[in-house]
Amino acid sequence: MIEVRDLRVRYGGRLVADVPELDVGAGECVAIVGESGSGKSTTLLSLLGLTPDAEISGQVRVCGVEVLTASPRRLREIRGARVALVMQSPQAALSPATRLGVLMRRALKLHGVGNGSAKGSAEIMAEAVAAVMLDPEILTRYPHEVSGGQAQRFALALAIALGAEVILADEPTSALDVTVQAEVVGVLRRLRAERGLALLLVSHDLALVSTIADRVLVMKDGAVVESGPAARVLAEPRHPYTRELLEAVLSVPGASL
Amino acid sequence: MTAGKDGVMASAEAVPLRRWLPRVPDRFAALGAVLLVLVVLSAILAPWLAPYPMGELRPLEQLRPPSGAHWFGTDQVGRDVFSQILYGGRTSLFIAVAVLGVSAVVGVTLGVVAGYAGGWLRDVIMRVTDVFLAFPALLLSLAMAVVLQPSVNTVVLAIAVTWWPWYTRLAASMAASIATRSYVDAARCLGVPAPLIILRHVLPNSLTPVLVQLSLDAGGVILTSAALSYLGLGAQEPTAEWGLMVQQGQTLFTTNWWVVTFPGLAILVTAFAFNVLGEGLRNALDPRSGTARVVK
Amino acid sequence: MLRYLARRLGQALLVVAGVVVLTFAVMRLVPGDPAVAFAGPKATPEQLAEVRRRFGLDDSLPVQLLNHVRDLISGDWGISLHTRQPVRDDLYQAFPASLELVGAALLIAVVVGIPVGVLAARHQRRLPDLGVRFGSMLAVSVPVFWLALVLQLVFASRLGWFPIAGEYDSSLDTTSPLTLWTNITIVDALITGNWPIFTSTLQHLVLPALVVAAYPTGVIAQMTRAALIEESGQDHTKLERALGFGETSILTKFALRPALNPVLSLIALVFAYSIVNGFLVEAVFNWPGLGRYAADSIRSLDTPAIAGVTLLVALVYVLANLVVDIVQAFVDPRTRAR
Repeated sequence: MIEVRDLRVRYGGRLVADVPELDVGAGECVAIVGESGSGKSTTLLSLLGLTPDAEISGQVRVCGVEVLTASPRRLREIRGARVALVMQSPQAALSPATRLGVLMRRALKLHGVGNGSAKGSAEIMAEAVAAVMLDPEILTRYPHEVSGGQAQRFALALAIALGAEVILADEPTSALDVTVQAEVVGVLRRLRAERGLALLLVSHDLALVSTIADRVLVMKDGAVVESGPAARVLAEPRHPYTRELLEAVLSVPGASL
Repeated sequence: MTAGKDGVMASAEAVPLRRWLPRVPDRFAALGAVLLVLVVLSAILAPWLAPYPMGELRPLEQLRPPSGAHWFGTDQVGRDVFSQILYGGRTSLFIAVAVLGVSAVVGVTLGVVAGYAGGWLRDVIMRVTDVFLAFPALLLSLAMAVVLQPSVNTVVLAIAVTWWPWYTRLAASMAASIATRSYVDAARCLGVPAPLIILRHVLPNSLTPVLVQLSLDAGGVILTSAALSYLGLGAQEPTAEWGLMVQQGQTLFTTNWWVVTFPGLAILVTAFAFNVLGEGLRNALDPRSGTARVVK
Repeated sequence: MLRYLARRLGQALLVVAGVVVLTFAVMRLVPGDPAVAFAGPKATPEQLAEVRRRFGLDDSLPVQLLNHVRDLISGDWGISLHTRQPVRDDLYQAFPASLELVGAALLIAVVVGIPVGVLAARHQRRLPDLGVRFGSMLAVSVPVFWLALVLQLVFASRLGWFPIAGEYDSSLDTTSPLTLWTNITIVDALITGNWPIFTSTLQHLVLPALVVAAYPTGVIAQMTRAALIEESGQDHTKLERALGFGETSILTKFALRPALNPVLSLIALVFAYSIVNGFLVEAVFNWPGLGRYAADSIRSLDTPAIAGVTLLVALVYVLANLVVDIVQAFVDPRTRAR
């Protein structure tokens, strides 16, 4: 679903992300780990063509679309409908004056899901919300009236309703409480298992990564320093930086992989 | 894909669609500055630039249309409109400087005291400020100008009375935020007396926004003073003043377009220059606050 | 929510009290004897004493202020020196016409200013944006009395597209007299189906309303643009882009609602400002509103009338701000929760 070759993202001449190879197939989960500023979020956003001001080179194919050369119109068609984005700060990602249901209905209408009929889209919305175990009543609420975990699950419901095949998640749990994190991770895992969604996860939370990812890319200062199967990379890190990251987690009391 | 260096809201895709709209460099503030320099210079140099002395009556040359001898024509008593406009600039700029000087000194002093001191003193000052701000400035100025003798000084007083509260409010919020900074705390703990803290730390830090506000306000003062003079409440003969020129020319306007058009344009250009410069300064000093200028 | 309303109301009352004191103070600054002003220079000492007694001018200032407040509350706003009528009646006659003019102007300002602001924000730093910024700056910098004269000369005197002055063709008063309901001519003509007066008023309204609209249109366009640019830098627009929405629909569907909040409070500010700005325009177009009344009062140094106008406009101003704050509290889901 995602094929990246020799992706280079520059801001004003400065190289912020250099990814020679990144593939995510249907039903697969790949995680990009690294500290903040390592270029992992930029990589993620460039997959949707959402990095304004950036100079990008290389080859990026998402859901069969060449993102770097696609027309704006073509890009807008895959955004949301086939590739969903889940952002870090859940409430800030939602427009404050728009009820969640209104946002979802507008998105459905935009992509022509539910054939534009009110009844069709209402059904789709109810199903999607139920699939992430939210009360349908959530659709009548404003962003400030829902919790972080609810907002994050709503973002996933958006992906389901629009029939996305790929989910790009940027630190989806880092703003949440531990118990709420577990809920969101649970939903992510089920989506992957039941619907065969491809999942590309950006995180600095190695505990999360170890429970869900098949493969891992470790990024530092814009470059990929190590990559491989999650079990191998986390158990026998080869690059000193990966070891550093792991040690940092292990030294935190109570943290475990 | 090479996206343009767009502002906050641009996305990479926006570029091809908007090719037909070339990006324009932001020369707004520069335009304002150039205009303002022209206006100020022409006012200062009026005695040398003006082809005719101020107020010189030429009974034989009444209401001449614009020509080589009289660029902007002559008025009903034969005065050269161009010369009168140059001298009128002195009146307008004097009023603007005087009003803003008085307002800023009074307003900032009260505001800094209110913001730094806090407590009941702050409450009293700010409530009084609220009352003054409850008037549209022009209205209170009107009322003031009516009860006093019409003159340039009356205009200054009448406008300054309505203008200082804006500076009080601005300075109070600045002072309040600065007063809580750690270095001010430190100074207080060291026993530095309050007036000294205000002088050394609070005032200098409040200056930038006040300066921006001053240049944003100058346009409004120019417009208000011209309006007062137009109503006959401000400058009187023989003072050259743009609003007064419009008032005196308006009955002749249908047959002599130049007697009203040029003084009005002078007001417009001057107010425009101040407004544009003020906006440019604000954007340069505080790019995040994109809010439009406050209505006075 | 209730506590917020109560606090806001208390604040407004405090401001009104201050406004009353302030107008009283300004009116007492009048050089000369108010009694002489009313009775005229040829009045005998007995007549002056009578006037003083009648208006309580012999009392001490605080007592006068208290009496003044009591009179205001009981509806006695004094007697106008130049119309020799109760100021309250004069204001009641003049205010609706001002409201009509300013209402029409604000309608123009909102209908033009907001879309133009959206256009500028959509094409930020490109030609349309530059045009809007330039135009709106001109609009807020133009002296209204001059613009009124120029438009009147060009479009009424020279081109003859619009009537030169007045509120409607006064000959219509005999052919199709207007039944008054609200005292606002255009509204009354509309609800009573008086089409001759309605169209005549509309024609007379165009030029003065355009002039009064210049300033509000400019500030509303600037504010809309700034608020939209600010809002479109918020995190949520990233999600909307990722959902496939185009830039224009992000601006109009998601960013505009929250961005309109500051624009709404601006409209309240600009409303009262425009009433006063309208004074200058009313004088030029001979519009029978507060401005013409104020101009006449100024000419005859009619302090009670000027105090009345000042007080009325200040009250309207306070009220407009109050209404906007309350509406905003209801509209904004974030404050509504409080």
